[in-house]
Amino acid sequence: MTVKSTARARKKAAPAVPDTLRAAGTDAQPELVQLLTPEGERVEHPDYPLTTTPDELRSLYRDLVLVRRFDGEATALQRQGELGLWASLLGQEAAQVGSGRAMRTGDYAFPTYREHGVAWCRDVDPLNLLGMFRGVNHGGWDPNEKNFHLYTIVIGSQTLHATGYAMGITKDGADDAVIAYFGDGASSQGDVNEAFTFASVYNAPVVFFCQNNQWAISEPTTTQTKIPLYRRASGFGFPGVRVDGNDVLACLAVTRWALDHARNGNGPVLIEAFTYRMGAHTTSDDPTRYRHTEETEAWKAKDPISRLRAHLEKEGLADEEFFAAVDAESEQLGLRVREGVRGMPDPDPTLIFDHVYSEPHTLVDEERAEYVAYAASFEAGENL
Amino acid sequence: MAGQLSIAKALNGALRKSLENDPKTLLMGEDIGKLGGVFRITDGLQKDFGEDRVIDSPLAESGIVGTAIGLALRGYRPVVEIQFDGFVYPAFDQIVSQLAKMHARALGHVKMPVTIRIPYAGGIGAVEHHSESHEAYFAHTAGLRVVTPSNPHDAHWMLRQAIESDDPVIFLEPKRRYWDKGEVGDAPDLGMHDARIVRPGTDATLIAYGPMVKVCLEAAAAAEEDGRRLEVVDLRSLSPVDFTTLEDSVKRTGRAVVVHEAPVFLGMGAELAARLTEKCFYHLEAPVLRVGGYYAPYPPSRVEEAFLPDLDRVLDAVDRALAY
Ligand SMILES: Cc1ncc(C[n+]2csc(CCOP(=O)(O)OP(=O)(O)O)c2C)c(N)n1
Ligand SMILES: [Mg+2]
Repeated sequence: MTVKSTARARKKAAPAVPDTLRAAGTDAQPELVQLLTPEGERVEHPDYPLTTTPDELRSLYRDLVLVRRFDGEATALQRQGELGLWASLLGQEAAQVGSGRAMRTGDYAFPTYREHGVAWCRDVDPLNLLGMFRGVNHGGWDPNEKNFHLYTIVIGSQTLHATGYAMGITKDGADDAVIAYFGDGASSQGDVNEAFTFASVYNAPVVFFCQNNQWAISEPTTTQTKIPLYRRASGFGFPGVRVDGNDVLACLAVTRWALDHARNGNGPVLIEAFTYRMGAHTTSDDPTRYRHTEETEAWKAKDPISRLRAHLEKEGLADEEFFAAVDAESEQLGLRVREGVRGMPDPDPTLIFDHVYSEPHTLVDEERAEYVAYAASFEAGENL
Repeated sequence: MAGQLSIAKALNGALRKSLENDPKTLLMGEDIGKLGGVFRITDGLQKDFGEDRVIDSPLAESGIVGTAIGLALRGYRPVVEIQFDGFVYPAFDQIVSQLAKMHARALGHVKMPVTIRIPYAGGIGAVEHHSESHEAYFAHTAGLRVVTPSNPHDAHWMLRQAIESDDPVIFLEPKRRYWDKGEVGDAPDLGMHDARIVRPGTDATLIAYGPMVKVCLEAAAAAEEDGRRLEVVDLRSLSPVDFTTLEDSVKRTGRAVVVHEAPVFLGMGAELAARLTEKCFYHLEAPVLRVGGYYAPYPPSRVEEAFLPDLDRVLDAVDRALAY
């Protein structure tokens, strides 16, 4: 995986706050930071310079493809009844891979339930993500192993956890930073606004990464806000920036800048990654009830993967062999995920009583014993 | 009414009637407009009553309930939808500290006709926060009325009664029964807080509400084959509780088993057992027993069946009660 190779330590002080941020008064037009056009043209942005090697570009492409493949496989597995639910990231690969790869190993991510691409960049085994959607656990991985917190379903809660974690980093005198992921809908929650306040007054090294995918289930972003979301930051006293969320290079550059800004003691940053939820909210949702297919079609033209592929091809940075190898790898991944999920055993029901507390609790222990005896009575035929 | 309806449709009809009957009634919640709510309970209502009265709110539960309080102060009758049980907690302060107490604090000068609809309880194979039974928190809070229907007729009429009430009502909808069908009568046959004997019997009383009524009816039918006649009471209202009906029943049968999905510890069953023991002590042949969830977070869906009371666990408790 890729995290370590790209997570270069950046010891230099972060650049001063870019002009794009200072210009963000209430009447300014939202500027979208973009480094790679939908046509695959590389453009420069004065505030977010990015140098990339062909190797890096190819590995970003590989990540995008594999993440999309994993996601598609999970959607298919839900259809086949292997998962109870799936929340697809289709369309948001660049926002997640770009920001995920901007992190250093010691940085920490606090995801929602859709950050499969960030998990990938943190080197979390994709199969771990599927357990809760299959219904065999509520997450289950060790968040501290890869510095990737458990998925959080209750909208917005994790932004406070991220902020608290970042406050701890400051107290430790460390130079790590945190990313709090959340959605456009979440921006309305009290918790998110409280997180902004805490992060601001404690100067916490946390980057608030909002994937504005235009929808919160059936509600368009206009139900949540009258101003572009990135401008919310200015009222809390920290910089906000809107980035093309379908441009993996822009997401990488802006998030790197923001993480360094934060880790160097300059406090939080809000990044609004302007993107689109190409699929349904989850496999339970029916988007035809509330949005037009023309809108979805229009966003197809901004696809994050095709633009990077176009760029690689145009610049002669990758050949057919490379693309074929990525496709083959993606087939392998699909296979591994399918087999892994199908082979995932149901837990023993006594899991219910495991880990309710870290120390013994008489009531839980008593109920576990009752349950075990009751279940055994069936095996013994007493209760038939 | 129109023959067999699902609970979902019966609720939809109740909301429609309430919007028609009172221009001050309005609905508020996440995704209740075009989508019709994630369970389609508000299906078609925004189209017919407009965005002014069927309001897609920002994604903020404290905001939904807090502004409902303000709207009520201004003379409106808000009916709000919380998308799932586990998402009501951001609004807990507004419900417990504000909504429940406002009438008392104003010495009766203001009323809080706010209805909070919450799909609750488990059994649908969902991810976490989508299967919880938190009725005890609300029933424990004076100032709130708490009710939960188990069938389409009650769903329709109890929701209309809840909306008409001048007090705040927590209206808990048993989500796994949304698609169960039944007759909806032309008029309510009971008050919102009355319990209903849904199956008469003589040997023991099963007390249940919401999703567990069906389980108890099935248990009673199975017990009948063994020659046991179990009475089943659908509690319907959790605050206030219709103790008159319960006491009458338990005095006749001498035994009671309370069944709910929520953890047994400090659940509704604890209050019911204590009261029935106080009021029916000399009629009881056995202690009041409780069947419910365990003292643990609601588990992953692949093991939720072990957590949820089922026919076997109910009959096991009946056996124990009859063995005294
Ligand atoms: C507190 C809370 N309320 C409601 C929900 C139900 N819900 C799940 S996802 C969602 C929409 C979230 O939208 P957004 O924040 O934009 O994230 P996205 O799903 O688009 O990634 C809602 C309302 C929830 N999970 N938590
Ligand atoms: Mg969204």
